[in-house]
Amino acid sequence: MAGSIPVSPTDSGGSGAAVRTLSVTPGAEAWRRFRRHRLALAGAVILGILVLAVLLGPWVWQVPINEIDFGAKLKTPSWRHPFGTDDLGQDVLSRMLYGGRISLAVGLAAMLIAVIVGTLVGAIAGMSRGRVDIVLMWLTDLFLSLPQLPLLLLIIYLFRDSLKALVGPEAGVFVLVVAVVGGFRWMPVARLVRAQFLSLREKEFVEAARALGATTSRQVARHILPNSLGPVIVAGTIDVAAAIIAESTLSFLGLGFPPDIPSWGRLLYDAKDHLDIAPHWALFPGGAIFLTVLSISFFGDGLRDALDPRKVM
Amino acid sequence: MGRYVLRRLLIAIPSLIGISIVLFTVIALAPGDPFEELATNPNVPAEVRANLRAKFGLDDPIAVRYVRWAASMLQGDWGYSFASRVDVDTLIMQRIPVTLFVIGSSQLLALLIALPVGVYAATRPYSLFDQVANTLAFIGFSLPTFFTGILLILVFSITLDWLPFVYRADIAETGWRWYWEHFKQAIMPIAVLGLAQGGSWTRYVRAAVLDVIRMDYVTTARAKGLAERVVVVKHVVRNALIPVATLVFLQMPAIFGGAIVTEQIFRVPGIGSLFISAILANDTPVIIAVTFVLSCLVVLCNFTADVIYGWLDPRISYR
Repeated sequence: MAGSIPVSPTDSGGSGAAVRTLSVTPGAEAWRRFRRHRLALAGAVILGILVLAVLLGPWVWQVPINEIDFGAKLKTPSWRHPFGTDDLGQDVLSRMLYGGRISLAVGLAAMLIAVIVGTLVGAIAGMSRGRVDIVLMWLTDLFLSLPQLPLLLLIIYLFRDSLKALVGPEAGVFVLVVAVVGGFRWMPVARLVRAQFLSLREKEFVEAARALGATTSRQVARHILPNSLGPVIVAGTIDVAAAIIAESTLSFLGLGFPPDIPSWGRLLYDAKDHLDIAPHWALFPGGAIFLTVLSISFFGDGLRDALDPRKVM
Repeated sequence: MGRYVLRRLLIAIPSLIGISIVLFTVIALAPGDPFEELATNPNVPAEVRANLRAKFGLDDPIAVRYVRWAASMLQGDWGYSFASRVDVDTLIMQRIPVTLFVIGSSQLLALLIALPVGVYAATRPYSLFDQVANTLAFIGFSLPTFFTGILLILVFSITLDWLPFVYRADIAETGWRWYWEHFKQAIMPIAVLGLAQGGSWTRYVRAAVLDVIRMDYVTTARAKGLAERVVVVKHVVRNALIPVATLVFLQMPAIFGGAIVTEQIFRVPGIGSLFISAILANDTPVIIAVTFVLSCLVVLCNFTADVIYGWLDPRISYR
């Protein structure tokens, strides 16, 4: 920034720089742009720490999550229990480390479902003009105008028991939560992918591939899809945060995970009736959700800037 | 314009039908039998149960059941709540005004925050104010409503003891005190919803104003010597608000979701807490009716967004 204002994005100080940028890979370029977004960098670091904590934490902090000790119930944070204890004297820190695995796993799995379904629908709609496109987009709009939270709650209420009987209580709730949260978030991805496909398939390089005799599936897999992934990655990042919030909301309303699977939302739900004596019990999991979602949002914002080649930085 | 509204209305009706089909299919696919209790009761012979099923048409094909259900919904026959022993439509009508009041005031609060902050931030992009506002907006929409609610209760009800944290519909005061008590108990639910929404709208307003402020006609307005305030308020904001007005209505599904959570935290006797208690009490008619009412409100909002867009922006072709 040494007092110089670039004349144009292409002219960045002499021909030497221009030659040097030729050898920069897209990944390195994206990383260079990402680093300039300081909040995004901070978000990435915090996110990394959180992920490491929930992955490695249970090995370092080996207090069992369901060790009941009525002598130490609703204790404020101390050296023995850094995050305090709950109404059964269970250690909040170890429950949070375990619950973080659940919350992050739900977020990632729901994001994967949303991105896969969305990319499929968007790709099919974008490649096939006419009736298929119209029907798929009508379906997307229909899903967009469904009231999501009421329907999530309704589906969980209706199908919880039968899935529990089918695959066991823990896996049943996990599959259900992931499926419904992911199943209600694919629409923005589908629209993004369709828009990308509509513009990309008319581009010269795709036309060249078509002229060389590439089949439709090869055009999609080798040329169109890789070039439309940037916005999808950004949308997927934001989806992780949205899915974590959705799971916490369900658990907070008492309709998500059962008490023996303490996801962060579930911890908040259990804690909310003891706010006056044990505020720490609600503040730590709530703060964890907030910190995760905030760092994912900043990370996604930085990624958006880094992956958009049209943006001058 | 009239034909445009009519056309939008004709688009809204199929989506309403589509939503009702999705809703009915979900319920019809669900396992469970309304006469399950009878099946486990040894005093009730199996043929009585079969007769009951036949009487209520439970063995008919799903399409026939859908048409029958939709017809009775249209005639205003929404069923009978198992839990509170009242007709579902009276129950919902009792609860809707509170919800609309809380949602409406929180949206107003969100706009009061988002408009000035967003416009001011966009007129000074990348300034300190812009960066602070942007960071706060991120924090605003990253804070889940259930956590903000708990934080506010912790600070204002438990630590400071200023505000009540249970919303009561029956306040035994009269005159000014009645209004004051109502105001006090409504502050926190409205603030929770409004701050979350205000955060994301600030970003929309800022982006929309930034799009417009680069246009040539703004330069012209400045060049002819108008004060910057007049340029921004009269020329920029008017055009920038067109997409924002649409977004306000398109965000309604998310807002209803937030309202359900907020009503649950503060025990606001609205339609959202009715929904949660109905789910916890297995009160199926209420669950179906509330979901359907919320869906109708969402479709109505989408329709309003389209009409407002057409009304505000004459460049839209009324086809």
